[in-house]
Amino acid sequence: MRRWIWLSVVAAFAIAYPLLLSSPFQQRLGALVVLYAIAASAWNIVGGYAGQVSVGHVVFFGCGAYAAMGAYAKFGLSPLFGIPGGIVLAVGLAAIVGVPTLRLSGHYFSMATIAVAETMRLIVTNTEWLGAAVGLSGPTVPRNIFDLSFLSALPYYYLFLAILAITLAITWWMTNSRMGFYLRAIKDSERAARSLGAPASRTKLYAYMLSAALTSVAGALYAMMFGFVDPESGLGILISVKILIMAALGGAGLLFGPLVGAAILVPLEEISNSWLGGKGAGLTFVVYGAIIVLIARFQPGGLLSLLMRRGKPKTDTSKTDTSKTDTEASHAP
Amino acid sequence: MSFVLVQVIIGGLLLGAVYALFSSGLTLVWGMMNIVNFAHGDFVMLGMYVAYVVYTLMGGGPLLGAPLATLVLATLGVVVYFGLIRDIMKGPMLAQILGTFGLALLLRYSVFWWFGANFLSMPPNIVGGTYAFAGLRIEASRLLAGVVALLVTLGLHLLLTRTSLGSKMLAVAEDATAAQLMGIRPDTMQAIAWAIAAGATGLAGALIANFFYIVPTVGETLGIVAFVTVSLGGFGSVPGALVAGLLIGVIESLSGYLIGAIYKDIVVYVLFLFFLWFRPQGLMGKM
Repeated sequence: MRRWIWLSVVAAFAIAYPLLLSSPFQQRLGALVVLYAIAASAWNIVGGYAGQVSVGHVVFFGCGAYAAMGAYAKFGLSPLFGIPGGIVLAVGLAAIVGVPTLRLSGHYFSMATIAVAETMRLIVTNTEWLGAAVGLSGPTVPRNIFDLSFLSALPYYYLFLAILAITLAITWWMTNSRMGFYLRAIKDSERAARSLGAPASRTKLYAYMLSAALTSVAGALYAMMFGFVDPESGLGILISVKILIMAALGGAGLLFGPLVGAAILVPLEEISNSWLGGKGAGLTFVVYGAIIVLIARFQPGGLLSLLMRRGKPKTDTSKTDTSKTDTEASHAP
Repeated sequence: MSFVLVQVIIGGLLLGAVYALFSSGLTLVWGMMNIVNFAHGDFVMLGMYVAYVVYTLMGGGPLLGAPLATLVLATLGVVVYFGLIRDIMKGPMLAQILGTFGLALLLRYSVFWWFGANFLSMPPNIVGGTYAFAGLRIEASRLLAGVVALLVTLGLHLLLTRTSLGSKMLAVAEDATAAQLMGIRPDTMQAIAWAIAAGATGLAGALIANFFYIVPTVGETLGIVAFVTVSLGGFGSVPGALVAGLLIGVIESLSGYLIGAIYKDIVVYVLFLFFLWFRPQGLMGKM
C-alpha cells in the first residue's frame, strides 16, 4: 500500500516537474534525466536482472540514433520512421554478440561488448555514407509535427516520460513473467538453474535482445532531441559508461534503481559542465570512475538497495506473514 | 616489395613481444584469481606517461624510465590489490567488473585532466637511430622494446614454473585454502601476482613510449589487445600469451600495411569476436 502511495507521489512529481520548474535549462535537464533513465532502465534488463555486464551498450544507442537521423538524411522521412529500423539493427547485433559470448563466463561478454562498440565506432567514423566523423543531421526546420523537431524541451520531456513509463512497464512485466523467474534463478546460480531445466543461455540472450531494442529507442530519441548524431555522441564508449554507472549507482536489478541514478548523475554532470566549461569534461569522468569504484567496493547493490535494506525488517516480516497465511488459507480447504 | 613485407613482419613481431609482455600480466591475474582487470590497458598507459615524465623532467631515456615505470606500476598494483581487488574478488560478478572498469576510468581521466587530450611523443632519437641490416631498416627503439619484452616474458615463465615462489603462486591459484594449510599466505602471493602483473605493464608502457603515440585513451585499445591475446592464448598461460601476442602483432602490422592503418584495430577486434564464436578456449589452452 505504502509502495503505491510513493509511486503516485513520484509519478505526480514527474508529470508536474516542467510546470513547477519552467526555465529552459530546467526543462532540458528534466528531459535529459528522463532520457538517460530510459537508457539505464534498458541496460538494467541485461546488466541488472540477467547479471551480464554489457560495457558496450552504446552500440545499440547508436543503432537507434543513426537509424533515426538516417531516415531523414538519406530518405527524407520523419526520424520516427527510423525507430523500427534501429530496433531491428540493434536486436540483430545483440544476437550476433550474444549467441557466442553468453555461453562463456561473464568477463568474455563484457569484453566482447566493448570490442563490438569500438569496431562499430571505427567503421562508422570511416564510412562516408554515414557522414564519417561529421555525422548525420536531422531536420533543421520541422516540415510537420512528425519531424518531432521542437525548440522547447517540454514536448520532448513528455514524450520521453511516456517512453520511460512503457520501458518500466515492460521491465516490470518481464520480472513477473516466466522469464523473470528464470533470470533470477540464473543469477543466483546458473548451474543450479540449468540443472533444473531453465534455458540459461537462451533466457540471457532474450534479455540482451530486449535491452538492445529499448536502448536503440533511447538512442533515436536522443538524436531527435539534439537534431544530429556523430560517432562520439552516438557510439562513444563514454555513453555506455554513463548508462552503466547510472544503473549501478541507483541499484542494478531494481526497477527504480536506474531512475535514482539518472536523477543524481545527470544534474551533477550538467551543473559541473556549466560551472567548469570544457575543462570539466575530464574531471566529470574522474568523479564517475571514483563513484563506480566506491559502489563496487562498498555497496554493489546501489543506493536504492541501501534504502530498501533500512526499511526491510518491517516489510520482510509482513511479507512472510502474508505468504504464510496465504499458503495456510490455500491449504485449508 | 618482399623486403618491405619482411620488414613489416619483423616490426609486427617486435611489437607483438610487447603485447605478450603486458598480456602475460593479465593472464597471470586472471588465471590465479579468476578476476579480469579491465584497467590493464590503462596500467600500460600509465607506464607510458611515467616514461614521458622521466624524459621531460629529468631528460632520462628508457634506461631510467623503464625501471622506474616498472617500480611505480608494481607499487600501484599492490595498492590496488589491497585497496580494491581483495574485497571485490569475493563479491558478485557485477562488482568485479564495475570495480576494475571504474578504476580504468579513474586512471584514464585523471591523466586526461592532468596532461590534456593531446597526442604526446618522445623524441625519435632518444634510443639512438635506426639499424640497417641486410637491406632491412629497424628502429633501435622498436628493437630494444621487442628484445627486452621477449626476454622478460620468458623470464616470467621461468619464474612461474621453475622457482619456489612460482610454485607457491601456482598452489594458491589451484586452491587457496589448501595452500594456506601448507603455510603459504594467499594474500601475500596474490599481492605479489598483482605487483608482477602491474610491473609488466609498466615496463611494457615505458618500452613502447619511445615509438608509440602517448594519449590518455590509448589504454582502451591496448586493454582490448591484451584481452584478445589472453583469450587467444588460453587464460592463465604465459607461453600462450607469448605466441598469441606475437601472432597479433604480425596480424596487426600486416593488415595495417595491406588494408590501411585505420583498419588494423578493426581486424584485431573482429578476429577476437571470430574466436569467441568458433574457438573460445583459445589456440592452445583449455577452458
